[in-house]
Amino acid sequence: MAFDVSTNDESIDVPPSGFSAMLRSIWADRLGRIGLILLVVTAVVAVLGPFVFPFNPADVGADSSTILQPPSADHWLGTDELGRDVFREFLAGARISLFVGIMATLISTVIGAGIGIVAGYFMGPLDTTLMSATDFFLVIPALPLMIAMGAIFGQNLLIIILVIGLLSWPRTARIVRSQTLSLRQRQYVARAKSLGASDARIIRRNVAPHVLQLIVANTILVVAGCILAEATLSFIGLGDPDRISWGSMLHFAFVSGAVGLGAWWYFMPPGLGILVVVLGFTLVGHSFERIANPRLKGE
Amino acid sequence: MPPLLRRFLVLCASIFAIVTFNFFLFHVIPGDPIRLIARSQRLSPEQVAKLREAYGLDGSIFSQYLTYLKNLAHGDLGYSFALHENVGDIVGRALVNTLILLTVSTTVVVLLGIAIGVFAGSRQGSKSDSATVVTSLVFWSLPTFWVGMLLVFIFGVWLGGLPISGITTPNAEYQNYFQYIADIARHLILPTLTLALVDIAFFVIITRTSLIEVMSEDYMLTARGKGLSQRTMVWKHATRNALLPVVTASVLYISALVAGAIQVEVVFSWPGMGLLTYNSVLARDYPTLEACFLIISVAVLVANFIADLVYRRLDPRVAVA
Repeated sequence: MAFDVSTNDESIDVPPSGFSAMLRSIWADRLGRIGLILLVVTAVVAVLGPFVFPFNPADVGADSSTILQPPSADHWLGTDELGRDVFREFLAGARISLFVGIMATLISTVIGAGIGIVAGYFMGPLDTTLMSATDFFLVIPALPLMIAMGAIFGQNLLIIILVIGLLSWPRTARIVRSQTLSLRQRQYVARAKSLGASDARIIRRNVAPHVLQLIVANTILVVAGCILAEATLSFIGLGDPDRISWGSMLHFAFVSGAVGLGAWWYFMPPGLGILVVVLGFTLVGHSFERIANPRLKGE
Repeated sequence: MPPLLRRFLVLCASIFAIVTFNFFLFHVIPGDPIRLIARSQRLSPEQVAKLREAYGLDGSIFSQYLTYLKNLAHGDLGYSFALHENVGDIVGRALVNTLILLTVSTTVVVLLGIAIGVFAGSRQGSKSDSATVVTSLVFWSLPTFWVGMLLVFIFGVWLGGLPISGITTPNAEYQNYFQYIADIARHLILPTLTLALVDIAFFVIITRTSLIEVMSEDYMLTARGKGLSQRTMVWKHATRNALLPVVTASVLYISALVAGAIQVEVVFSWPGMGLLTYNSVLARDYPTLEACFLIISVAVLVANFIADLVYRRLDPRVAVA
């Protein structure tokens, strides 16, 4: 044993590794399967939809008789307050909502996982400082802060992605840190260290791979939160006016009084779209979590 | 240092941090804060000079910061050029309305959430249990503002009968105080229902998980051995112990609650902090927006502190640590 420097001598709960094995075990879970189906459907709609039915924001109706019209053969989901086709707008919005949600999640995951691993691995004053900052951002109410930053920095896609991404990482940091702390106590880390491995190497070879699964499970759940955050910010009126998302559609439906006029074809589709994506990510995320962390089983 | 004092010092430090953060966010980053303040209105050069002096903007950043702290300490939150009023007065009124909404909706959400969570958890694995879990996940995935829009559609356009906007009926004349309260209560129904539909899920899931854990404890076996009825066991013995994690988790809920309340106020034009935030975003009324952000953040920090105190009281084990 004394010469065994392999990193896998201590069994850490590393159930199915590899992408396809992971997918298979989620598929085996009833709720996970529903989530996967919802996500695949959304992905197809968001990727292919705008190619088949392109949306031109400038394609407004000719006169007032074209606005807020109920569904018809010409307009499958009716028209909006400018006489534009809601179905095409819905497909274009799917793409923006998913894009913003996923990009913001990537930013948040990189920051959260980075801070979590560094704090948990190096411990001491660095850990205390980083975790104080994390706790500070954890208790500050995220939405008001996002609204304030969105209003100050302006309304475009990049700013929205940055604002959501830069404010969604604290929980990831906490989770990753506690996992890193427990990994750090394992013997193989001490062994690698005594053999002269650098911190960077230990983090890369012995710590990161084992928190990866946890990070992935958490990331899937964060996407759901980021998509909801984007929808809410855009609904408040902070969306990119040139790139309409589901949230901005609901903003315009709300301020144009479509709800009071009973134009259900305008405000139902974007809301249902958000529900489907967010539920899809939530179900898959919980399913992944149960598989990655068997202690949660039986819940 | 006693833990209570330590917690209090952390609270003070956090408030100080948020005040400083707020200063940098609204006064330093955007460049010229006066331009930001005055974006909604045209100001003459004399007015701009006057504002500069009032906010101490002729000095260095550090002296600006001191002026900012001094104004804040005197309760001076600035002047809204969009509403032509002191921000402090505007925020004061809005805060009262928000507290009314939050008190009522939080009570409903917490009580119903715990009750449904105990109901589902005590029937773990049954059909009604999994139906509850799935329903909760679906509702938790809904954007709060959209649920509000649906309710406005259903009760404003379809069925009618319930007020969908504001806190009181415009131009209503009240014979007595009770009618006034009743009017506010009617206006509270849909905003509360909206928050309840989405947020109850949070407490259902946590209570259920916690109850299932408690039910497997040894003392529950003892209770069963004593021949207690299932009902007494669940509601008298298990629920009490299952509530501790719920209190801890409610700290996480505070942020979601604030976000939910902002959306509900916007959809139902409830004249509180959320609607004020929304209107100041639309009007680019930065002094008001800044005050909203500051007040909401400080309120959340204080609420966290109180939740922590309650938790310590309920669970003496934490007080030692």
